[in-house]
Amino acid sequence: MDPVTEHQPSAEPPSLDVRGLAYAYPDGHQALFGVNLAVGRGERVALLGPNGAGKTTLVLHLNGILTGGAGGVTVAGLPVGRKHLAEIRRRVGIVFQDPDDQLFMPTVREDVAFGPAAAGVRGAELETVVRKALARVGMEEFADRPPHHLSFGQRRRVAVATVLAMEPEILVLDEPSSNLDPASRRELADILRSLDVTVLMVTHDLPYALELCPRSVILSEGVIAADGRTADILADEELMARHRLELPYGFVPSSVA
Amino acid sequence: MHVPDGFINAPVSAAAGVVAAGAVAVSLRGARKELDERTAPLAGLVAAFIFAVQMLNFPVAAGTSGHLLGGALAAILVGPYTGVLCIAVVLLMQGILFADGGLTALGVNITVMGVVTVLVAYALFRGLVLVLPRTRRSVTVASFAAALVSVPAAAVAFTAVYAIGGTTDVPIGKVLAAMAGVHTLIGIGEAAITMLTVGAVVAVRSDLVYGARGLTAPLKLRVDGELVDAAPAAGPGAGDAPARSPKKLWTGGVVTALVLAGFVSFYASASPDGLEKVAADKGIDAKVRPHAAADSPLADYGVKDVDDARLSGGLAGVIGVGATLAVGTGAFWAVRRRHATGAQV
Amino acid sequence: MGAGHAHKLYRQGHSPVHALPPHTKLAAVLAFVVVVAATPREAMWAFALYAVLLGAVAVRARVPAGFLLKRLLIEIPFVAFALLMPFVVPGEQTTVLGVSLSVPGLWGAWNVLAKGTLGVAASVLLAATTELRELLLGLQRLKLPPLLVQIASFMIRYGDVITDEMRRMSIARRSRGFEARGVRHWGVLAKTAGALFIRSYERGERVHLAMVSRGYTGSMPVIDEVTATAAQWRRAAALPAAALLICLLGWTL
Repeated sequence: MDPVTEHQPSAEPPSLDVRGLAYAYPDGHQALFGVNLAVGRGERVALLGPNGAGKTTLVLHLNGILTGGAGGVTVAGLPVGRKHLAEIRRRVGIVFQDPDDQLFMPTVREDVAFGPAAAGVRGAELETVVRKALARVGMEEFADRPPHHLSFGQRRRVAVATVLAMEPEILVLDEPSSNLDPASRRELADILRSLDVTVLMVTHDLPYALELCPRSVILSEGVIAADGRTADILADEELMARHRLELPYGFVPSSVA
Repeated sequence: MHVPDGFINAPVSAAAGVVAAGAVAVSLRGARKELDERTAPLAGLVAAFIFAVQMLNFPVAAGTSGHLLGGALAAILVGPYTGVLCIAVVLLMQGILFADGGLTALGVNITVMGVVTVLVAYALFRGLVLVLPRTRRSVTVASFAAALVSVPAAAVAFTAVYAIGGTTDVPIGKVLAAMAGVHTLIGIGEAAITMLTVGAVVAVRSDLVYGARGLTAPLKLRVDGELVDAAPAAGPGAGDAPARSPKKLWTGGVVTALVLAGFVSFYASASPDGLEKVAADKGIDAKVRPHAAADSPLADYGVKDVDDARLSGGLAGVIGVGATLAVGTGAFWAVRRRHATGAQV
Repeated sequence: MGAGHAHKLYRQGHSPVHALPPHTKLAAVLAFVVVVAATPREAMWAFALYAVLLGAVAVRARVPAGFLLKRLLIEIPFVAFALLMPFVVPGEQTTVLGVSLSVPGLWGAWNVLAKGTLGVAASVLLAATTELRELLLGLQRLKLPPLLVQIASFMIRYGDVITDEMRRMSIARRSRGFEARGVRHWGVLAKTAGALFIRSYERGERVHLAMVSRGYTGSMPVIDEVTATAAQWRRAAALPAAALLICLLGWTL
């Protein structure tokens, strides 16, 4: 068995299980060279790595947007593939880096409703789901506003709500703290901590990873190069330097952890 | 080239409407096979792009401008079926939103600017891609040629529709000369834009160009720092390259036909015949002039009547070849597809 | 749809015309235009009555005349064509103010002008009183094939992206002193188009990924249903019905 799965307490299938995943883009550039990663139910894991390490490519494999390479992904025991695609996409909620990519409907309400409606939820039930999701990110009163009239931080929260409305098994966040002012950054952290879902967080914001995720993995050159407690990884200077990871000036992980 | 209400008479408008509806119906069926889950967004993007560049008027000659039709671009980027759908949507929305092109003339507009351009462009494009070496450069070159021919082809198609159902009997020869003349020039602009767009997309994201599919390297796995070959998980049958047997035939045929039609008829009409001379002497060309202004006012064009005749002569030849190839290739594919599906069933 | 659901052609308002469900309006405009196109050109008074009908709709929709007239400018190329017809069409000639004009040409010009203008005016009114998103829902309700509706809705969404990019690139070009003035500048414009496409393409693709990630499988989910009551249908039908009456009179008189 893979060493990384030792965190997992019970016999139930992990939320996410990636095995031997390799992928090359149609233009010939190969981004993944055999990724192995398991994330247990309820875990919060940070996915760290330098630019161009293949983080986004990996994320796009988690809900079957990219397929056709070698290896495979299972989500709560269900293999990602053409057969279960709809179910997989309901279970894996991806929050993209730019909320403007994620929010494409004319109002916040319609945007949050998009996912559940695509899954066949209608009428009053749909309304309830939407209201609940917006409440979880504290954005109920903005339901009828057009997303592009909101602040960046609010848009990111709505983006999280659009995904939460689908009751995902695992929440995947791509750079959740980027472009947020300190207050918005903290508010988002509070929201993420309050959710009882598995979280995989792709980030360059190492203090944020330390704050939210007990476990971290480093993706470098298309493979998982390190896997362990976030505090240990951030404290390993040699490892960090090897994978072009740098802490903000004056930040000492041990002082926080 | 957007035809307004009341320009073409009712029966012909209705007939064109039936043709357009038929073409859209066929395209809807075809589009399902053509693209995967990306169908609508990609097609929508292409449609939006065409919508936008139709507003990007480019100068043709002194004070005149023309706009892109986009049929060739759509056909090459998303395939012929989806391409027809894109243009149809653009025209529909232009008719409803901007009143650009009459709603009763929608059939005419879709037939001329959607179906004709897409069919001619795609047939020519596929033909050239089949003939030329399988490189990105060939795709670019083929898209230039396809776009170049598709615009005057649409102009000729418009003239044909006008000849049958124009509400006013303007002499058809004049309409043809004016339309074909102007649109040859526009065609060059269209070809340039199409080529550069396709070229740019092929260079960066060749997977997004329908007309250029299939170029992948085997995957590697990094095991303990070493790269090893990976077994493909479930490779979708990428090896079904089209049969190459008619390639040589195509090469010879296309090249000869284009050379003959284009250059020969260009030089054949180099010396003006009697009628044209008379026309020029009697000042009929003065009437051609306002005519050229008809579709997109071309003030100084048509002064050199002789040059016009040469150009349009050569052009008509090339278009004739293009159209014939389109029909012929279309029939060929239809038959082959039927064979293929028949074999599966 | 993003920022673009309130397009420039649309005039915000709460008139009875704005309130009609979009598909009834679409159907009414379509029927009206067909009726107009089918009217014999000799019945000049009929076209005047059509114009009065549209005027009445414009008044009810509180669309100012200036707005309507400005939007009619789209017709100009064809007006130019129509104005040339009396000079170039062969046939019986007549003399007006010393200028020899052809009679069939005059009729042709009148035909194109009258029908074209009415058609454009009807579309302008529709666009002025109906939001873009509503129009799409209306088309969907009128059983336009779903794939076409989707292409149209994506087109509108990406339209914003493209116009934004185009504006930025145009500003960049002009701030470096470039002005397109002839064939020599085609290269620049064509390259602009290529770059524009790539930029929009990648942007569009990211939006698409987000949609696919939320279960989009090729059809827009139904979030709000659009329905029309019989009374609303009757109100929308008033325009084409009146037009039809005029048309029939035009044929018989």
